[in-house]
Amino acid sequence: MTTLLRPLSTMTSGTARPATPVKIDVQGMNFYYGAKQALSDITIAIHANLVTAFIGPSGCGKSTFLRTLNRMNHIIPGTRVEGRVHIDGQDIYAASTDVVGLRRRVGMVFQKSNPFPKSIFENIAYGLRTNGLTKNRGEMEGRIEESLKAAAIWDEVKDRLTESALMLSGGQQQRLCIARALAIQPEILLMDEPASALDPIATQRIEELIYQLKASYTIVIVTHNMQQAARVSDNTAFFWLGRLVESGATEQIFTSPTEKLTEDYVTGRFG
Amino acid sequence: MTLGTRRKVEWLIERALFACAAGSVLVTAGIIGVLVFETYEFFREVPIRGFLFGTVWTPLFYDAQFGVLPLVSGTILVSLIAMLVAMPTGLLSAIYLSEYAPSRVRRVVKPVLEVLAGVPTVVFGYFALLFVTPLLQRVFPDLALFNALSPGLVMGIMILPLVSSLSEDALHAVPNGLREGAYALGATKMQAALRVVVPAALSGISASFILAMSRAIGETMIVAIAAGQQPRLTANPMNSVETMTAYIVQVSMGDTPAGSIAFRTIFAVGMLLFLMTFALNLVSDWLRRRFREQYS
Repeated sequence: MTTLLRPLSTMTSGTARPATPVKIDVQGMNFYYGAKQALSDITIAIHANLVTAFIGPSGCGKSTFLRTLNRMNHIIPGTRVEGRVHIDGQDIYAASTDVVGLRRRVGMVFQKSNPFPKSIFENIAYGLRTNGLTKNRGEMEGRIEESLKAAAIWDEVKDRLTESALMLSGGQQQRLCIARALAIQPEILLMDEPASALDPIATQRIEELIYQLKASYTIVIVTHNMQQAARVSDNTAFFWLGRLVESGATEQIFTSPTEKLTEDYVTGRFG
Repeated sequence: MTLGTRRKVEWLIERALFACAAGSVLVTAGIIGVLVFETYEFFREVPIRGFLFGTVWTPLFYDAQFGVLPLVSGTILVSLIAMLVAMPTGLLSAIYLSEYAPSRVRRVVKPVLEVLAGVPTVVFGYFALLFVTPLLQRVFPDLALFNALSPGLVMGIMILPLVSSLSEDALHAVPNGLREGAYALGATKMQAALRVVVPAALSGISASFILAMSRAIGETMIVAIAAGQQPRLTANPMNSVETMTAYIVQVSMGDTPAGSIAFRTIFAVGMLLFLMTFALNLVSDWLRRRFREQYS
């Protein structure tokens, strides 16, 4: 697997990163499922047009934290957030925030690919229709082609757009879900272990895709695969037991972490 | 117990359970056998074409005619009215229970709704005749005392729990990932429910509709009490009609001599009724299986 994916790792390592503006600014955030505290005092700045990876053992809160960024946890009754989460300087937990509008700006790709049981075309069209983004059929077809191309799946599906999305392979379904998220032109793309259910080749395609997409999007990816974090991300944040232990440039986290815990984790001593 | 006795007991239990299962299958087969035999006897005297396509049903008259269409139309008319009530309200309440209701409400409302299904149908029948019909007559003065509308509406209420409960099961079985996928694309709760969850559960929902239709067609007491006993080929719900089931009640309760051709009509009508509900149940079952395959 490592040999297969080596070309990618050379793409990210060693290049100096330009400083980009802070897109997501989280300060002192606590998160609760009912009485149980799942996240404690998270403070992190996520920069625009970079890939930020969240790593950590299962149950460390990395997915929970990701889901607070588009208020997806809001769906679960009894959840509560303290602290502040700002996107472009706006408090997304303010009472005046339009959650639907927020999710339009902050797209999400899930661990388990979840295409709708509709045609490939309709899967992409759903978000466009829901948000009223296209004026006519022609414009919609253009947007659909564009997003399927951006998700590097156009060539595989262009002749069978009317077929059910459930006929696609796992990797294709996941790229379709990425295309679906891109179609509504979000600014941020949250990816929750997007390749965890995929084989190495499909994984490599998703990783290449992430690398291409960061020119236009701010990407946050949760992964339990440290090689993947090292390959695709610019910055890495390490979570442990609901706390953010350390965050910083990916090379620094993997080569000279300041915390002993981080070092133990990235060198595979636990987790 | 020694190993020997234990094996013997196990063997006995297994045989006894098999006998119970075989017994119920045999009884069903026996009932169908009688139905087939009597129907065969009936069609030796009455041509099938005349039965299926005839428009006059007067088997008890001196000049007997055996066209079953008036009974079929009466049955379908009342069932359609019932479905017009049960489909929208059942589906909407299912959507509410599955997508909107807090789990506390759901835990209370669903069983209560299912209790409705336990009300004896004879109660619904008198409710239709003595309460709903007079009420409707205030709105429609032309409404006959026995009519298709009132039992149709009440039957709709009777099958509503079936529709809402089975549709709710179907909606609930739609994986959460699909809802999240819709929300993540900026869908509102309603857009997620109507454009993703309901379409995804469509085969399960259709199965519940068809099963409810089958239940409506086979329902007896409500129509026997409130729809009347006039086999009439009509689409006007204000009129008195007679359904297939109500006809069977009428003849079996009456003094028609057993073995006569008039008596055998109830088996022919019963056979037709059985084939209709059986076909609907098969379709419903097939849809439900397809739905389960989709999400397992």
